[in-house]
Amino acid sequence: MKIELRHGAGGADTSGLIDRVFAKHFSNDVLNRMEDAAVLPRPEGRLALTTDSFVVRPLEFAGGDIGRLSVCGTVNDLCCMGARPRYLTAGFILEEGLESETLGRVVTSMAKTAEEAGVTIVAGDTKVIEGAGGLLINTAGVGTIPEGRDVSAANLRPGDRLILSGTLGEHHAVILSARMGLETSLRSDCAPLTKMAEALFAAGVHVHAMRDVTRGGLATVACELAKASGCSILLREAALPVSEGVRALCGILGLDPLTMGNEGKLFLAVPGAEAERALAAVRSAPYGENAALVGSVAEGSGVVLETAVGGRRVLSPLRGEGLPRIC
Amino acid sequence: MDADERRELAAFLHSYRGRPLRLMEVCGTHTSALRRTGVRQLLPENVAMLSGPGCPVCVTPTAYIDRLVRYALTPGCRVLSFGDMLAVPGSEMSLAGARARGGSVGFFYAPEQALEIAGREPGTRFILAAVGFETTAPVWAAVAEEILSSGLRNVKLLTALKTMPAAMDSLCASGRIDGFLCPGHVAVVTGSEAFRPLAEKWRRPMVVGGFTGGLLLAALCRLVREASAGNGGLWNEYPQFVRPEGNPRAKEAVARAFEPGPACWRGLGTLADSGLYLRGAYAALDAGSRGLDDDRAPEGCRCGNVLRGELEPRRCPLFGGACAPEHPVGACMVSQEGACRIAYLESGDCR
Repeated sequence: MKIELRHGAGGADTSGLIDRVFAKHFSNDVLNRMEDAAVLPRPEGRLALTTDSFVVRPLEFAGGDIGRLSVCGTVNDLCCMGARPRYLTAGFILEEGLESETLGRVVTSMAKTAEEAGVTIVAGDTKVIEGAGGLLINTAGVGTIPEGRDVSAANLRPGDRLILSGTLGEHHAVILSARMGLETSLRSDCAPLTKMAEALFAAGVHVHAMRDVTRGGLATVACELAKASGCSILLREAALPVSEGVRALCGILGLDPLTMGNEGKLFLAVPGAEAERALAAVRSAPYGENAALVGSVAEGSGVVLETAVGGRRVLSPLRGEGLPRIC
Repeated sequence: MDADERRELAAFLHSYRGRPLRLMEVCGTHTSALRRTGVRQLLPENVAMLSGPGCPVCVTPTAYIDRLVRYALTPGCRVLSFGDMLAVPGSEMSLAGARARGGSVGFFYAPEQALEIAGREPGTRFILAAVGFETTAPVWAAVAEEILSSGLRNVKLLTALKTMPAAMDSLCASGRIDGFLCPGHVAVVTGSEAFRPLAEKWRRPMVVGGFTGGLLLAALCRLVREASAGNGGLWNEYPQFVRPEGNPRAKEAVARAFEPGPACWRGLGTLADSGLYLRGAYAALDAGSRGLDDDRAPEGCRCGNVLRGELEPRRCPLFGGACAPEHPVGACMVSQEGACRIAYLESGDCR
């Protein structure tokens, strides 16, 4: 069945769609009441609140889909503030012509990912617009920050060590190859990082700063952290994990893994004395097996990469689109 | 090459104290790889590695951009181009500027995609911006072949295809360059022997090099050794991919679709036999590519001096001020492989 405008008109067709798809897969005590707003118990401590919209094409790709992505993106942003993700809202904008089977798969995948991430989807909305079978999702997330955690982009300190939780560029490489019709064995790294972040705090690590490496890639994230903290960052190229598949695609298209996006990787700064403990915690968590110590923080400003041949390269944030080269 | 060998090469290069050398790379991918691998920073003060006219976007004269802009603004007509071209300033505006004024401009990752787009919209006239060097020419030859055999009637090419030896010859004539790092990808197609006549005519070292840190170090060590000893000649330090005779199939495809002719290079002027133009049956696909010789650089723009190796990007009065990646004045600040953009990124975000 294809989605039509009537499915978003607010009447019986809308309720039918909600019952068949959303209520079925997202079922929980709060949502099942079907009130105008979710009513939630007052949580302890500080709240973290964030929102993100997801417009990726294709809707389904190797290693994930827009549904999994829409949960991971928001959950990971909460984690990076030291928050425990609690609740999500999900707004769906469906374009007419969307196959309801596709929608069903995406929603199933969202529900599964939310469970993995430990969040409950407590409110939602659906609209249908004219279009060509597309699907856009907005999620907002609420998390609670336990006492004693102080994670901020501005908290880098000279002497901190930097950890990257895995290989660079998979998500970007998968989406780009799908759009270009290239066949690869790559899979998106799209994943919720709740357990990884919690493993760090459980190990008693005082995480100073944490970011998920998304659009703009590690170069952009590192520059943002250095600037926000008024410190310099030194990264070691030889220590940066990059898979053979991504390296090969970069070679063909003239892309740089340092400016390619991931959807399931953390970049974090921890006190030097806690670096080994932090690395062990990340490695023992799901999706962290390839984590590595990749650099350090010092006085000064800017981000420098010590290259594999011993040269130095100043890194800048990604500018414009990461377009493949011309020759 | 293992890490020890790389370290040894790096140490040789870094500790070179012989006579000052002015060397040049003429391939945008080399310019970018020298930065990416950090090899440029290993060079001692007395070795200047200049970035020559190796980026196809950078050497495109304004007349070519202007012609594309005119097509983009013509009703019923759509220009398709590599993304890199969109922001290159023409004498009045860039393609991006034309699009903002209602012009029809799209971009492709690979030229083959352009034909799919054109096939889906038979009512629109498509002009493909066929820009590139010897590396891209075989792809455009295949595209031209495909247009003719598929009977697509709504596609033409505006070509700005150039060949490197003529430009290198003109730079050798200036007498200011002690040796060349020859473009590895170009040599895969043309063969390393394509550079021998130049090496013999000007008695300069010409070293074909690859693109990884190790390969760049090997090529530069060779170049520094031979140039400091005053040796002319041709060396292939990229034999894994470059054969003396090149790729015969690619060369045949190019010879079938194109013939040489004069071409205008930003900074170098019009050079005989340095361009490739559609010939014979393929000539019907040409959208008016010949004679685009006008190159009216914007006021104050010194891309020409940069491309000839006469001016370091940072020493250009516009660098980083009036001319920056967000608002480029000259083409060298636009392209991912442009010397100025690379130098700008090299200076980090802390200006």
